[in-house]
Amino acid sequence: MATQAAVAPGRRRWSPQERREALWAYAFLGPAFFFLFVLILFPILFAFWISLHDWSLIPRDFPLIGLKNYVEALKDPLTLKSLRNTLVYTVGAVPVSMTLSLILALIMNQDKLPFRTGFRTAYFIPVITSWVAVSFVWVWMFEPRYGLVNAFLALFGITGIKWLASPVWALPAIMIVSIWKGLGYNMVIFLAGLQGVPRELHEAAKIDGANRWQSFWHITFPLLNPTIVFITITAVIGSLQVFTPAVIMTTVQGEAGGPINSTRVMVYHIYSTAFRYNQLGYGAALAFLLFALILVITLVQLRLTQRDVDYS
Amino acid sequence: MAATAMNQPPAVIYMKRRKWGELIGLVLGLFVLIAGAIWMLLPLVWMLSASLMPLSEVIKVPPIWFAPAKYSLGNYIEVWGRVGFAGFFFNSVFVAFTITFAQLLTSSMAGFAFARYQFPGRSAIFIVILSTMMIPFQVIMIPLFIMMARLHFVNTYWGMIIPAIVSPFGIFMMRQFMLGVPKPLIEAARIDGASEPYIFGKIMLPLCKPAIAALAIFAFLGSWDNFLWPLIVINSKQLWTLPIAMSRFTEQYISQTHLQMAGASIMFIPVLIVFLLMQRNFIEGIALSGLKG
Repeated sequence: MATQAAVAPGRRRWSPQERREALWAYAFLGPAFFFLFVLILFPILFAFWISLHDWSLIPRDFPLIGLKNYVEALKDPLTLKSLRNTLVYTVGAVPVSMTLSLILALIMNQDKLPFRTGFRTAYFIPVITSWVAVSFVWVWMFEPRYGLVNAFLALFGITGIKWLASPVWALPAIMIVSIWKGLGYNMVIFLAGLQGVPRELHEAAKIDGANRWQSFWHITFPLLNPTIVFITITAVIGSLQVFTPAVIMTTVQGEAGGPINSTRVMVYHIYSTAFRYNQLGYGAALAFLLFALILVITLVQLRLTQRDVDYS
Repeated sequence: MAATAMNQPPAVIYMKRRKWGELIGLVLGLFVLIAGAIWMLLPLVWMLSASLMPLSEVIKVPPIWFAPAKYSLGNYIEVWGRVGFAGFFFNSVFVAFTITFAQLLTSSMAGFAFARYQFPGRSAIFIVILSTMMIPFQVIMIPLFIMMARLHFVNTYWGMIIPAIVSPFGIFMMRQFMLGVPKPLIEAARIDGASEPYIFGKIMLPLCKPAIAALAIFAFLGSWDNFLWPLIVINSKQLWTLPIAMSRFTEQYISQTHLQMAGASIMFIPVLIVFLLMQRNFIEGIALSGLKG
């Protein structure tokens, strides 16, 4: 090791064995790297190039217009509305889903709980169900006249929410579905995290007279921090990219995002701009805006939540 | 009773109270779990039930949950045959299997390279791969479409498959798992004169079964559920996958709820069966990706 480090990296001699290993490594890496380059790395640069042009599906000369697409995007009320809806959806769905799934995981983590596997299966079934199928089922659940949601609410004397037909309730309805679908996934990850909390710490706290709440707040919660960070960040990223339910559940006569654009989310806005209205350049600029939003929110979250806890 | 309680040291009373507290917690917890489980399963049970009913029963007010007397497979026969789900089902399965196979191959090979060899650029390449995990698909879908159009892959199986044959997440996952495989096993094979492809295929891969199973599940479900990309790249009906076919229900078969539920069930039942059979791999895989990611 010492001699290797002493030789300057550029002039290091490769033994035949090392050279052989490196060649094999490139051979194994080759296919993945080639496709990664062609299908992800190059398209990112290409996307940026497109976003600087007035690009369309019809072959013609695409004039270079610089950052005009970006400026226009930020001034477009429809973009702002889509951004707003996406953020409202994320802020509404993620905290509720996290809280519920943590509570469920804590309940499931009790030693003497019967039917644990059965419950886990039940909560996980919505996770594996395809979004398109789920969206159709919930359209019918939310149907004002025949649907089960309003039938259920009627038991409590609440009547007549129009859900997907109402500009106020359509987005919350989609949030409810995504919370429903994601609960089991988050719960399983929380459970795995909880199982990593050393049992002795709880025993020690018990002997010291800590109650369950104190034990949770001072032991479980800090040690669960990496899990919480992971779930928050992935859930927020996923929510900012919501597409399928927001389209399927709101499509009326081929147009989604209604009523009155109250469920128009960023990804649908990008899709619609690029592929329905044939403005690829503008769509690419919108996609970069979404990317920037995801990046900023993720970095802020990392700053806010990252702390080291080590009780060992 | 009072006398014995007084004789007991406070710690014992405390522990007793604690026992009761735990029991109450358990009962309350069970209640919450059952209520939640009903919420989880009810929509899907209702979907299956409605898929067997004629439309006239589905749209009754107040809603009917179960009507065993009226159940028939008529909706399925109609959706499978006349609506054309047999073909869409085949397309979905074909695309999902191909993508899964390709992702397993590229990911396990690349993971092997990172986990087992020292080579120039190793960490730089790995960082590049990790950072591509952050790129949202929406950023690259527009250039990908233009590329597919240039290559005449629009409206073909290739158009659906190619963009998904490599997965940065898959590479990462396989690398993590392969790093955990004991090195002496590999070294011993090398000393015995085994070739590198042999070590990869016959020694490493069999040891990675849990990771392969988990990645296969992710890849398959990802493709089975994919709506956005096929929506962009496919337009002829012969190539529709199930999600695209389902989405057309919002136009052609609007308010034909019984058929919609049969279609949704066709998407749901095969995945459910595989899930129930492979449940452990599913859940361990998710916990694996969650803890290591």
